[in-house]
Amino acid sequence: MNTVESLKYFIPELILLVGAFFVFTIDFFVKNKRIVSGLTLLTLTLSLCFVKQPETALPLFYDFFHLDNFAHFFRYFALIAVFITLLLSYSYTPIRNQYEGEFYGLFLFMAFALILVATANNLLMIFLSVEFLSLLSYLLVGFLKNDRKAKEAAIKYLLFGSVCSAIMLYGMSLAYGASGSLELSTIGNTFFFAPFKPLALVAMLFFLVGLGFKISMAPFHMWAPDVYEGAPTPVTAFLSVAPKALGFAILFRIMAVGFLSLGRPPSLILTALSMLTMTLGNITAISQNNMKRFLAYSSIAQAGYILMGLAVLSKLGKESILIYLLAYLFTNLGAFAVAILVEEKTGNEDLAAFSGLSQRSPVTAAMMAVFLLSLAGIPPLAGFIGKYYVFAAALQAKFIMLAVIAAINSVVAAYYYFRIVRLMYLTPASGPVFSAAPKSITVVLCLTLVVVLAMGIFPSFFLDRILS
Amino acid sequence: MIIPLAHILIFSLLLFATGLYGVLVRRNIIGILISIELMLNAANINLIAFSKSTSLSPETGQIFAIFVLAIAATTAAVGLAIVLALYRVRKTVYTDEVHLLKW
Repeated sequence: MNTVESLKYFIPELILLVGAFFVFTIDFFVKNKRIVSGLTLLTLTLSLCFVKQPETALPLFYDFFHLDNFAHFFRYFALIAVFITLLLSYSYTPIRNQYEGEFYGLFLFMAFALILVATANNLLMIFLSVEFLSLLSYLLVGFLKNDRKAKEAAIKYLLFGSVCSAIMLYGMSLAYGASGSLELSTIGNTFFFAPFKPLALVAMLFFLVGLGFKISMAPFHMWAPDVYEGAPTPVTAFLSVAPKALGFAILFRIMAVGFLSLGRPPSLILTALSMLTMTLGNITAISQNNMKRFLAYSSIAQAGYILMGLAVLSKLGKESILIYLLAYLFTNLGAFAVAILVEEKTGNEDLAAFSGLSQRSPVTAAMMAVFLLSLAGIPPLAGFIGKYYVFAAALQAKFIMLAVIAAINSVVAAYYYFRIVRLMYLTPASGPVFSAAPKSITVVLCLTLVVVLAMGIFPSFFLDRILS
Repeated sequence: MIIPLAHILIFSLLLFATGLYGVLVRRNIIGILISIELMLNAANINLIAFSKSTSLSPETGQIFAIFVLAIAATTAAVGLAIVLALYRVRKTVYTDEVHLLKW
């Protein structure tokens, strides 16, 4: 499809782009940053309104923007994630008066970058969109001026990320050399021929390095705790959800289209990495004292569970990834919303700030308990549905060992999630009762809580929509 | 004189290995950034070399290489900006002196 024909399917993205530039311009002239923040929300809402499900897969812009149902799901995903993150950052004091408008503008670009990643269908677009996403993430992580931790986190993220994407690029050049084309489907067809198999395996490993970094997969997860701790908390919330989810999306596309012909080896490698990721994440999470670090390790462990769905490379595996990611989006953003609220009220990021939360703010404590239980995968909450599907996918494909390891890991995870619940309910409070929560955080908390409960109690409503 | 593809590939692999080695052993952040550029350039050489030897669509590899150059420039710009910001608050550009965050 040529450029002019494509434009009418490209309206949500155009709105995002125009909105982003408009926000940056307005930010120069307007003193009251509430107007800028209102504009970003308006842009996102408009963009959400124009998102339409494509009837068939649309090869927009000569197939450089491949819009199919899979990409369509992630369009919604990206817009919702950015929307919630923006609401969270409105009531986060450290970014007040720190080029606040630019912060919001960058998030609009972020939404655009996320959608590009979801629709990328050839090596050039994969590389460009992933780099776009990474560059924006580096900037957002180091956003707080004169903050020693934020700058350190940004530099670590930058160095680690650039090296990983350089390695991925080298893998891309090998895949291009073998097939003579940048299209994933052509590459996939080339790798059917036996002489290319060893080269394909090498190229796949290079891809796993670059995208494993994005999804914080085990040998490449070292950046995650440091970056999550140093970044402004709303950015941490965002990084733990959206880039990770899109990393899974693009990794799945590459595996399913480009390297399907390799057969068993990719599954085995991913299985091993999945076990490693969840075990490392869970074991290290036990001994954490900082809330953001704790959630970082928990999110590494969650990435391990999602990798189970990727490792089986089946239809059920794909569906389980989508379901798990949706459940994880709302659960994790909810947990971070509570973390931001507690940080705002106590000025403390440590787990100790949560002690006796049930006396200081009973509603918040109850909500946090729900989110933590959902992360642990206790029915009837969203996390349970996600876990159920991931386990089902593993068992259906006869990955018994993987399922057993994951089950053991879930028990370990339950232990440290319950540790926080115990801290909130069974230890005496260390301070006065919280004053009323800021409005935007209340909105986020209610929204995420409703979705987490609804997804657990009426899963069919969500499953029908995801699987159609 | 036409250089055989194998020679170019070996050269690019060496360049890539040099870059990776630099990333792993350098302490100076600027040095690491330069090593990353080497790795990107190794991939670029691969792309150009392959674009000459494949018959399908020789121009795509070259276009990809140009895009990589642009991305390398943006990464360097963002990277140096962050290094400057780091230097302002921490007065150091050495990786082993940047150790506030650890478990």
